[in-house]
Amino acid sequence: MRLQESPASQVNQRIPTISATPRSFLAVILSFACVLSLGIELPASAANPASAKDKKPKNDPALKGLPITELSPDEAILHALNRLAYGPRPGEVERIRQMGLAKWVEQQLNPNSIDDRALDARLADYPTLRMSTAKLIDEYPQPKPAEKQAEKRAQAQAQQEQRRSDAAAEKVARDVQGTQGPVAGGGDGEAVQQNTANAKQEMSDAPALMKQEQPEGNPATKGVGKRDVLGGADPNNVPRAIADDSKRPQRVVAELGMAKVTRAIYSERQLQQVMDDFWFNHFNVFAGKGEDRYYITSYERDVIQPHAFGKFKDLVTATAKSPAMLFYLDNFLSADPRAAQRQAAERAARQQWRRGRFGWPAPPRPVGNPQAKKNERGLNENYGRELMELHTLGVDGGYTQKDVTEVARCFTGWTIEKPRQYADFKFDDRLHDPDAKYVLGKKIHAGGMKDGEQVIDLLVHHPSTARFISTKLARRFVSDNPPPALINRMVETFQSSDGDIKSVLHIMIWSPEFWSRESYRAKIKTPFELVVSAVRALGTDVDTPLPLVQWVGRIGEPLYQCQPPTGYSDKADAWVNTGALLNRLNYSLALAGNKMRGARTDVASLLGVDSSADPKAALDRAVQVFLGGQAGPTTVETLEKQLDNPQVLQAKLDDAHKQVDLGVVAGLVLGAPEFQRH
Amino acid sequence: MSYRCCEGVPGLKFSRRYFLKQGGVAMVGLSAMPAFLQRAVAATPMPNKKQLVVLFQRGAADGLNIVVPFGESNYYRMRPTIAIPQPKRGGADAAVDLDGFFGLHPSLAPLEPLFHKNQLAIVHAAGSPDATRSHFDAQDFMESGTPGLKSTEDGWLNRALEAVPEEDASPFRAVAMGPNLPRMLHGAAPAIALPDLKQFKVMAQAPGTGQIVEGGFEAMYSQTVDHALHGTGTETFEAIDLLRKADPAKYQPENGAQYPTSRLGQSLQQIGQLLKADIGVEVLFVDCGGWDNHVNEGGVQGQLSNLLKDLGQGLAAFHQDMGDRMENVVFVTMSEFGRTAKENGNRGTDHGHANCMFVMGGDVKGGAVYGKWPGLNDHQLNEGRDLALTTDFRSVVGEILVRHIGVRDLNPVFPGFDNNSRKFLGLIKA
Repeated sequence: MRLQESPASQVNQRIPTISATPRSFLAVILSFACVLSLGIELPASAANPASAKDKKPKNDPALKGLPITELSPDEAILHALNRLAYGPRPGEVERIRQMGLAKWVEQQLNPNSIDDRALDARLADYPTLRMSTAKLIDEYPQPKPAEKQAEKRAQAQAQQEQRRSDAAAEKVARDVQGTQGPVAGGGDGEAVQQNTANAKQEMSDAPALMKQEQPEGNPATKGVGKRDVLGGADPNNVPRAIADDSKRPQRVVAELGMAKVTRAIYSERQLQQVMDDFWFNHFNVFAGKGEDRYYITSYERDVIQPHAFGKFKDLVTATAKSPAMLFYLDNFLSADPRAAQRQAAERAARQQWRRGRFGWPAPPRPVGNPQAKKNERGLNENYGRELMELHTLGVDGGYTQKDVTEVARCFTGWTIEKPRQYADFKFDDRLHDPDAKYVLGKKIHAGGMKDGEQVIDLLVHHPSTARFISTKLARRFVSDNPPPALINRMVETFQSSDGDIKSVLHIMIWSPEFWSRESYRAKIKTPFELVVSAVRALGTDVDTPLPLVQWVGRIGEPLYQCQPPTGYSDKADAWVNTGALLNRLNYSLALAGNKMRGARTDVASLLGVDSSADPKAALDRAVQVFLGGQAGPTTVETLEKQLDNPQVLQAKLDDAHKQVDLGVVAGLVLGAPEFQRH
Repeated sequence: MSYRCCEGVPGLKFSRRYFLKQGGVAMVGLSAMPAFLQRAVAATPMPNKKQLVVLFQRGAADGLNIVVPFGESNYYRMRPTIAIPQPKRGGADAAVDLDGFFGLHPSLAPLEPLFHKNQLAIVHAAGSPDATRSHFDAQDFMESGTPGLKSTEDGWLNRALEAVPEEDASPFRAVAMGPNLPRMLHGAAPAIALPDLKQFKVMAQAPGTGQIVEGGFEAMYSQTVDHALHGTGTETFEAIDLLRKADPAKYQPENGAQYPTSRLGQSLQQIGQLLKADIGVEVLFVDCGGWDNHVNEGGVQGQLSNLLKDLGQGLAAFHQDMGDRMENVVFVTMSEFGRTAKENGNRGTDHGHANCMFVMGGDVKGGAVYGKWPGLNDHQLNEGRDLALTTDFRSVVGEILVRHIGVRDLNPVFPGFDNNSRKFLGLIKA
């Protein structure tokens, strides 16, 4: 519904024709309430600030307790639902108005106080969510029969080929003047054996690694082209291989994506879902990297979710010990380079003792054995760097390359036990660098696992961390360029509360900057936010979320598939590009047009059946329902012109097309620039 | 983007953008232009703009079996079951001789004429210097163009676009064939991911509503006061419009070229169509996978052989299809690292280091294998197991960017690298 406009543009008042059923009566009341209380609210870049002053909340009881002076009650509630949740569902603004916004926010900050059993029922569809890593590895193994077959074939052909290449090698040796020295006698055999051992170890990696080539997580069934995998040309179809319950490893990550979408749509603990997403992204792990596909289920459930509102230090510690992070950032391989030497010396000493008892000399170790060198582990700085650069201090937080190395030394020994069986955290003292380290000017020499723990303590209490985390939170919840005063306040709270995340969120939400006109509709929705908010806005009933998961990927944010540890960006420019925008539009059309497999959208009942009698009325209703009645003048005008199209008017006469019209109207509104923002 | 044909006219700048706004590639609105321009436009426009196609083989392709050093006896000792036999006269199951030392895997036979016609150059023992053997780290480094540095957010190909700024650039200046933009094209310069030429459009779900929805969206975005979305929105619809009018899908392969029906083959065909459609494409990216053959890589026959049949046919078809247009195109292949010199126990190989790169095109001094060959004797191997690296991939790509595309300063493209042109191999005509 369009309301007061600037004098420059056309003024059109419209009263929707809605029949007098109780629900539409309520709709009428709401509509008129909106007419009275709302003006044209354009995004921050708009050129019409004058009407903003007309909407003082005037001590509206719904807003009591919150520092809201610039937004109207409906705007404020909408803003809260858009930032602290994944957008409003039908009727939700009214529900919260009744409850009182402050009360709703307090509840959201205490998720356990909210009954979420309906969601739990939906999540029962995804058994992997409750499984331990060990069980996942056991029940969703890499396909074994293929490996066995390959082995057999290889052996059969090997002999034949052996003869051929022996002949070839001899020929070459004869042809080329012999400058090549003879290969060491035992070297080849050892090499082949070692390679076999490695190959066996890496064989199970091979299919996993090949999957990386299709980062969207589609099953790479041999011989099936990418087109087929996406279910033919129709992007709304899903491949059976993932849609069913077959126990393939791809199913594990598929369930993660489906569960994430389900939770975001249906959970009552909305802020919990937002924070889970925020922290997962902050401590990003990539499902396409080898074993991580099995580790992320536990990572999300046991590491991220329980600590999302707690102490930041606990969250960092939990991620540092998680097999998911240890594998993703390679720390499980990191070892003191002298560890191998120490172990060899110990072994030699033991052997010496044993043989010495019987008077036999210990056999000499081969010098410069290339295989031994290959097996030697060294220091891996990957986690050490990212812990500081991405998790705590931030890239400008004041650490040096030397610090990176020192931190890495502190974390040697933090590894994974039996990564291919049950993948537990293990501290292996044999790999640990026992010498003193100096991190950010402080000496770390507590020994064993305490070195790493001390580093975490040092980092989380560093002032740069308070600032880095506060800024990131403010960017996520307020705007791409959050006001310094707000950040400072959050930094203070971070430090005085010893990194208590809930306290920092509280101070942020109870700041006037959170509710400022500048931050209203200031952010572009990420692909995930867009997909979920559209479903919520339409009241769509989803029973198979997989096509939705795939759309999130298509629009640019494939879930759990972010390769670099930086995670997905939280700024507009990452998401606003030509291809992505087109996909957003096509998504809206498919969803609203009820062409999304596994989801049922009933736009007609949402907008009120009789609205289909007049496309323009339907448009007004759609703008009311999906955009809170706030659309730029050009948006509605241009859409009205399109709806003047005789095709639309003709179609309305035919009952079968009623649904279609509304789907088109709703799709257009959901694809509007206004709906891309929140 | 200006056409050389109009450069002689003082004070006049002919821009593709202008042309499109007047109604697209069709001959509408010509009456508004001076007569000589109309003549120029009526003739087939042949922009002298240079184009670059990058093909990324994901999974670490086995360079030693792709470009076979059949002159190395250790190669045969290290690969008893999967080595490619030396060239034999008329033999189809052996390496295709290139220069007496190196040969192509027989499945790449279609590329041999290109090599001997000096259209195809090969660089061996090339790649990224970083020691990582992690696929995703190594791909990351090769795409960001800063091996070893994980904090780089954009890709070298995008930075290269920035290094040659274009006013009024076509929205299709940089295109990735596939559903997502690769890391290599992330960055400030706009780039489009095209999974399918035929699907780059607004997809109305209800029959007969196509015009309404496309018109509706286009109007909304071109009129919106939302600055950020206005820009992108307008570009999107211009791109859709441009693509529709140019209708690249109408271009059939020419000169008898026959693309394979695989995904790679179809992508290459669409690249050809995009180039023929003259919509301002300068840089194209395509990738292909399946190269990670730990098991059953095979020799003359096997998984690698199948992949190479596809690759060979695809590249040859592309070259044939392009015909004269190949003058302006350089096609380069790369893979994140190579594979072990020795085979493993499963008729396959494991993660290695240096690899081979193909460079094909009119500007290429083909017919030679470039780079310093480090040898395959045990003591010459990298860490005792892989082909050692003697040419950084950034030297290869850097030369292409400077001498073919026209980038002046490579330092922003490959920060932290010695971009001195004396390190160029001399495989691009100056």
